[in-house]
This record gives sequence, C-alpha cells and structure tokens, in this order.
Amino acid sequence: MPHVLTRSLDRSATVFLLVVAAVGVLIPLSNLLLPEGSLFQVPTYLMSLFGKYVCYAILALSIDLIWGYCGILSLGHGAFFALGGYAMGMYLMRQIGSRGVYGNPILPDFMVFLNYPKLPWYWYGFDMLWFAALMVLLVPGLLAFCFGWLAFRSRVTGVYLSIITQAMTYALLLAFFRNDFGFGGNNGLTDFKDILGFNVQAESTRAALFALSCLALIVGFLLCRAVVTSKLGKVLIAIRDAESRTRFLGYRVESYKLFVFTLSACMAGVAGALYVPQVGIINPGEFAPGNSIEAVIWVAVGGRGTLIGAALGAVVVNYAKTVFTSGPLAPYWLFMLGALFILVTLLLPKGIVGTFNAWWEPWKAQRLSANAESAAREDGVSEPKMAE
Amino acid sequence: MNVRDSRATSALLYLDGVHVSFDGFHAINNLSLTLAPGEMRAIIGPNGAGKTTMMDIITGKTKPDEGEVLFDGVTDLTRLDETRIAELGIGRKFQKPTVFESQTIEDNLLLALNVDHRVKGTLFWRETRAESERIEKVLETIRLTDARDRLAGSLSHGQKQWLEIGMLLAQDPKLLLVDEPVAGMTDVETHQTAELLKEINREKTIMVVEHDMTFVRELGVKVSCLHEGTVLAEGTIDQVSSNERVIEVYLGR
Repeated sequence: MPHVLTRSLDRSATVFLLVVAAVGVLIPLSNLLLPEGSLFQVPTYLMSLFGKYVCYAILALSIDLIWGYCGILSLGHGAFFALGGYAMGMYLMRQIGSRGVYGNPILPDFMVFLNYPKLPWYWYGFDMLWFAALMVLLVPGLLAFCFGWLAFRSRVTGVYLSIITQAMTYALLLAFFRNDFGFGGNNGLTDFKDILGFNVQAESTRAALFALSCLALIVGFLLCRAVVTSKLGKVLIAIRDAESRTRFLGYRVESYKLFVFTLSACMAGVAGALYVPQVGIINPGEFAPGNSIEAVIWVAVGGRGTLIGAALGAVVVNYAKTVFTSGPLAPYWLFMLGALFILVTLLLPKGIVGTFNAWWEPWKAQRLSANAESAAREDGVSEPKMAE
Repeated sequence: MNVRDSRATSALLYLDGVHVSFDGFHAINNLSLTLAPGEMRAIIGPNGAGKTTMMDIITGKTKPDEGEVLFDGVTDLTRLDETRIAELGIGRKFQKPTVFESQTIEDNLLLALNVDHRVKGTLFWRETRAESERIEKVLETIRLTDARDRLAGSLSHGQKQWLEIGMLLAQDPKLLLVDEPVAGMTDVETHQTAELLKEINREKTIMVVEHDMTFVRELGVKVSCLHEGTVLAEGTIDQVSSNERVIEVYLGR
C-alpha cells in the first residue's frame, strides 16, 4: 500500500491533513487543559459547533467525490447523512435505559408514550455500539446500492437523477415524520445521556468526539484521495466528461458509478453518526431536501473536484451561517445563501480552491519549467506526422 | 447464449437485412454488408444516408428492429451492450473527436488500453512496464510523445483526431470503426492520416466513413456507397463514382 499513500499525498493534501490534525488535537487540548476564561481556551459550545462543521466537511467530501469527480449530482445526500445519524441516535436512545421520563428499561420514552407493547425488531442490537456503527455504514450504503443499481443501470443521468435523489430524501422525510414508523416521529431522537458509559454532555466526551470527527475527516479525505488518484479516479473523470465514450472503451460505467455512489453514501453516514452526539438530537428535519441542496452549495463554493475545497466550503459557509443567523440579518440568511450560490456560479465557477489552483498552478509551472519549456515549445505542438 | 455453435460466415463483420426506424423514419433500410478479415472498407454517402447509425448499431448504441449483425461469424452483436462489444474488440472513433479533455494525453491512452476494465482492477492498478511501453509506442506513432503531459483539451483539432486514433490503437481492437477521420484537417494532415490508416490496416480490419473523396481515393480500397439506409453501390472508387445512381443521389434529382 505505500504507493497508494505517496500517490495520494501531494503537497496541498499533506498541508490539509496537517491542519486538520492540528485542529483536532489543539482545540480539545485547549478546551480541557487551559483555565476557563483564558484567551486561548476554546469554550465547549464553540468546540461542539466546530465539531458540527467538521461533520459537514465529511458530508461535503462525500458529495464532491461523486459530483466533482464522476458528475453525479445528488440532491439527496442529506438522506444518507440522516440515516447514519439515526443509527447512532438509536444507540444513544438505548443507552438511556431506565433513566428516561417513564423509566422503562427497554423502551425509549416515545415508544412508551405511543403505547408500543415491545421493542420493534429493527431496534434490536442497537444497545451495542459496534452494531450501531456497522449500521451507520450498512444502512446508507445499502440504500445507495439499491438506489444506484436501479438508477445507473437504467442510465438515468443528469438532472433526472438529481430529481430522483431529491424525491428519495423527501420520501424518507415523510416516512420518518410518521409516529408509527418507529423512529420517534417529528420529535426524532433526543435526550441522550451517555455514549460507551461517558456522559455526552461532559467536556471530555465532547472533546473526544471533536477529535474523533477530525480523525474521520482525515480518514475520509485519504480514502477519497486514494480513489481519485488511482486509475479508477481517471475513469471517473472520463465518465464525468464523456460517459458514452468511456463505454465504447469497454468500461462498465454503471459499476463505477455504483461503487463511488455507495462509498460516498457510507461516508455521509459516518458524518451523520458523528454529528448526532455533538448536537444532541436527530429528527426528520435532517431529511429536508433543502439540507441536501445546501450541502451541494458548500461544495460549489469551495470548488468541486478539489476535495479540499469541499471541506473548506462546508466550514466557511456554515461559519457564515452561524454568524449571520444569530444577528439582526437572520431573516435574510436564505437570500444571502441564494445570492452566494448565484455569485459563485457566475464569478467563481471553479469555487474558491479551483480558482486559486487555476491562478497558482500555471504560475508555479512556469517558474519550475523555465528551461524545459523551450524544448516543449519546439516539439510539443508540432504537427502530427507519420511514424516510419 | 449469443455465441453460435459454428461460424455462420467467414466475414469478420456481417450485416444482413438490418432495419432501424426512429419514429417512423427509416434510418437503416434492409442494409446488408460484409467485411472480410483484414479488409479496409470506405463508406461514403450523402448526409442522412445512415452511416453513423450503422456504426451505432455495430457498437451497440442502437438496437436494430430487424436483421442480423454478426461479429467474427459467431457473436450476435444485437444482444450486447457497448461495453461488451468494446471488450470483444471493436473500437470506434467518433465523428466529432471525443477525447477526455481534462486529462493528459498519456492518461487518455492509458484509459484506452485493453487491460482489466473492472472496478477492482482499476482501483488497485499499478502501471506495468508492458503498459508503459505500449503507450510509448502509440505516442510515437501519433507523434505526440513530447506533448504527453499536456491536457487533451489543449490540442488542435487535427491532433485530437490523431489522439483518438491513438486511443483506438491502444485499445488494440480487431475491428476499427473510424468516423470521418480527416474532418477539419489540412491537406498534409489528410495525407498523413491516409498513410497511418494503411499502416494500421496491415494488422487490423478497418471501416472508414468519410466525405472527403480525395482521401477515399488515396486509401485505394473497396468503397460502399450508402443512401437512405441501404447500400447503393459497391466497388472501387472509380466504379462507384461513375455509377449513375450514385451521381443522381449526390447531385440531387
């Protein structure tokens, strides 16, 4: 595997990973070790907020992998995120045990309230973290696999695929809103007490969750880099740019799409699972189509097809959201978001990182190949001639 | 299932009684055509004669309503999709040069190589010496060795045509379908392309669709003239171009 690592880690990727690692270590340490009120102490609420951004960054990465590299614009990726979140939420619900309002050792409060006679079968096993963690990957992955198998095999592409993904997340939204669906209806799952025996509200737990989210971002980023820098990555770009040409070369396009779509859904599920304990609630609102569209905007703003841009876009846009929705401008946030999307599409079609690269790389290349250039000028653009 | 027990024909490509219609428009009408192994065939015909549709049928993009399309005498192409047909060894160059513009020339050729095309194979792929040697050879043939690291999108029109022919070579198919290879080329480039195709024809069977009569004449091969989805005339370029019905079709009646 060493060649995969060397291939995946170019300079900007290394810098990105170091920054994430530093953030993942320093913020929890400053929160736990420095005295409260100190200038460099990161308050717990802020750490949880950043943790949320990191989860969004993982979601953005997963979208960039399929949209930026394979041209699959999913407007329903929030569904996979929410499913991962629900799987984690179910584990956290079962951990409450008899500490709930109704004190039932097995049934979560909402089930007692709704007169469930016993635990539904699909809640079995969620009292164990390993099982829940497995479901975090398996449920979104399986849904994506089935959905993708049907859609890609029938060659549904472009805007039609986007609309179906949107319908998928909307259908799930409606289903999860129902009380008899068994996931807490519109209240969702909340009032979590502890995770693996640690209090979810405790600073140390939150610090650990933050560090874990950063670790997940690092692993997710490395995974995406390994994929896009492999030959498979080249095939994905080929599919994005000229799908039918790729078929005529003998590639089974639907298998490639299915692979990358499923991988992406699993990543989104992990993001959701880390998100839920940090925000303390998961409800059907997470399935709202608007959420998925917002996530696509993060990627567009940061720069699709750059991975780093996707993560950066998620953090930047969400930071702006936090700032603007808490001030006097709060009622206008959606207008600002819409305007941002339009402006980025018109002025920075490659996003922040893409534009930076377009400006930086030729300059760098020019500087590096000052001597190699003259040779290239002579031969590189010469007319094709018959080889003897 | 789609492979016959015994060869139905000695031809490499065998089309018999093929019909295709799109919403009542008969694009291909009782088309019959055979290509012997090792042959190069030029296909001419006015716009809308069904030349590109015929290529679509052979490569699995379009399914015929009726008729037989056999490859190598045993394989029924009408039951297979594009991917399978490409894997069987039928390569295609498109009318409009279609290369992967945002990738380098070398990567374009790498993608075209006829190696393991499955997801797992490409995910864990490492370049082998044999592969890089083949790419090297193709780069030399199409005279793009020094441009290997340039993006395909930055090539001139003629160079893109050559790159696409290079991709066909990397694909190493048994049968090459070449749609308008010299469109937009200078006279010199056209001449070079004819030479290149003749060179390739030493090992491979080729079907060329082209409008450029000078080019077709230079190839010096058997010509089939298509009109309204059927073969109007077949023979040498002189025979075909002196055929009264061909003249009528080209000049309008």
